[in-house]
Amino acid sequence: MSSPLITLKGVNKAFGGRSVLDNISMQLMQGEITTLIGPNGAGKSTLVRIILGLIQPDSGTVSPSAGLRVGYMPQKMHIDPTLPLTTCRFLQLANTSHHACHEALERVGIGHLATSPIQSLSGGEVQRALLARAILRKPNFLVLDEPVQGVDVTGQNALYRMIGELSKALNCGVLMVSHDLHLVMSATDRVICLNQHICCQGHPEQVTQDQAYIDIFGQTTAVYAHQHDHHHSLHGDVLDGHNHQHGEGCNHD
Amino acid sequence: MTDFLLYALLAGLGVAAVAGPLGCFVVWRRMAYFGDTLAHSALLGVALGVLLEVNLSISVAAVPLLMALGLVYLEQRGILSLDTLLGILSHSALATGLVVISLLPDVRVDLISLLFGDLLSVTVDDLYVIYAVAAAVLGLLILLWKPLISITVQAELAAVEGIKVSAVRTALMLITALVIAIAMKIVGVLLITALLIIPAATARRMSRTPEQMALVASAIAMLTVVLGLSMSWQLDTPAGPSVVVCAALLFMLSLVVRQRG
Repeated sequence: MSSPLITLKGVNKAFGGRSVLDNISMQLMQGEITTLIGPNGAGKSTLVRIILGLIQPDSGTVSPSAGLRVGYMPQKMHIDPTLPLTTCRFLQLANTSHHACHEALERVGIGHLATSPIQSLSGGEVQRALLARAILRKPNFLVLDEPVQGVDVTGQNALYRMIGELSKALNCGVLMVSHDLHLVMSATDRVICLNQHICCQGHPEQVTQDQAYIDIFGQTTAVYAHQHDHHHSLHGDVLDGHNHQHGEGCNHD
Repeated sequence: MTDFLLYALLAGLGVAAVAGPLGCFVVWRRMAYFGDTLAHSALLGVALGVLLEVNLSISVAAVPLLMALGLVYLEQRGILSLDTLLGILSHSALATGLVVISLLPDVRVDLISLLFGDLLSVTVDDLYVIYAVAAAVLGLLILLWKPLISITVQAELAAVEGIKVSAVRTALMLITALVIAIAMKIVGVLLITALLIIPAATARRMSRTPEQMALVASAIAMLTVVLGLSMSWQLDTPAGPSVVVCAALLFMLSLVVRQRG
């Protein structure tokens, strides 16, 4: 099933003398969902930007395969409210027809918002609009930087499921940045745990048992346990389960 | 109608036509302070132009352009926030311009007209320059419209989709410097940003697409020039500030209309 979409060899990057990425080598495969996890400041976003070609590494090589078509879903988007822009028009910036835009919006379940101003969309709707714009380019490689940011937990599950289905339907490789391994576990083929260097990688179950992972995410793993148990009264002494889980799961920078 | 009034009107309309769409980008990209900084540096452009005996039209466009490129460089080095950086450069440029002008051996420069515009002294040669520059700016804006909108909405997404973001951004700075150079004659360095922002902000309330907003802003800016010149003629007020006052009045009117609707 898989041929490499993009290959990184010995990539290094430093900002102001401080090393952010240290000797990163990896291959991203067609038809495979790879999740990149790591604590804040681990260099996740920097790595994504290097893979996208938005910034150049200090050393090392990034080799995209011939015919690589990237669909990108950025972490955040701020559009000034003075810019009159409908959701449909926002999608058309990706260089496509009116018809294709409506189709893509239907596909991500927000067809009814085509003529709404993009600034009026909720957090989850914006993420879907971004996803729609990414798939419009008929990509064979989707790069999603924290795709469920600002989305409530139910919405997060739905969004992850949609990403899984879309990537299968388009037969594309996916690189996803996430803080929350628990939620993406089932949808992920491979996890890369990053903390300036690649600490460990492999299948999700395998990675969660890796000592390097536990060293970094020991505490976070306990949070996952809370999420498992949040229906029970284990957590009652802190906050109501839903609010607490949302705060931890979002983990904004 | 006397010739000088006709020239003033034509010059004002030419500048207003391009100030509309460019002003939209200034509003959308929150570049108001940036525009102010470039406008202030145009005064330095006049001073240096006189000092070095270069064609003023060239130096007035070149100094803001260099300023813009310098700003990009300083911002990327990340020493200070853009806001602070603009504050420093904006006022330093204005002050340096004023100092250099005062040091010029024979004072051939009328400071008030530089600061607030001198619409009624427009000559036929000025008109040629204004219309040539306005045509170039309009051409660039039309040519780069789609990528400009795209980088305004989300620059990284635009880059991944194949747009040369830094080239488009540099082009927008060039356009801004050019418009400042021709708008200086009309409203002066202190009021240029007003001519860019106010018509665009007024147009926002009656537009549903970016293109509509750009066209409406153009129309409003041109209407503003006509109203401002009439006011200046009737009440014997300075032309540049009169144009800006009319722009502000139209903006306030648009607020009232909106509230009713």
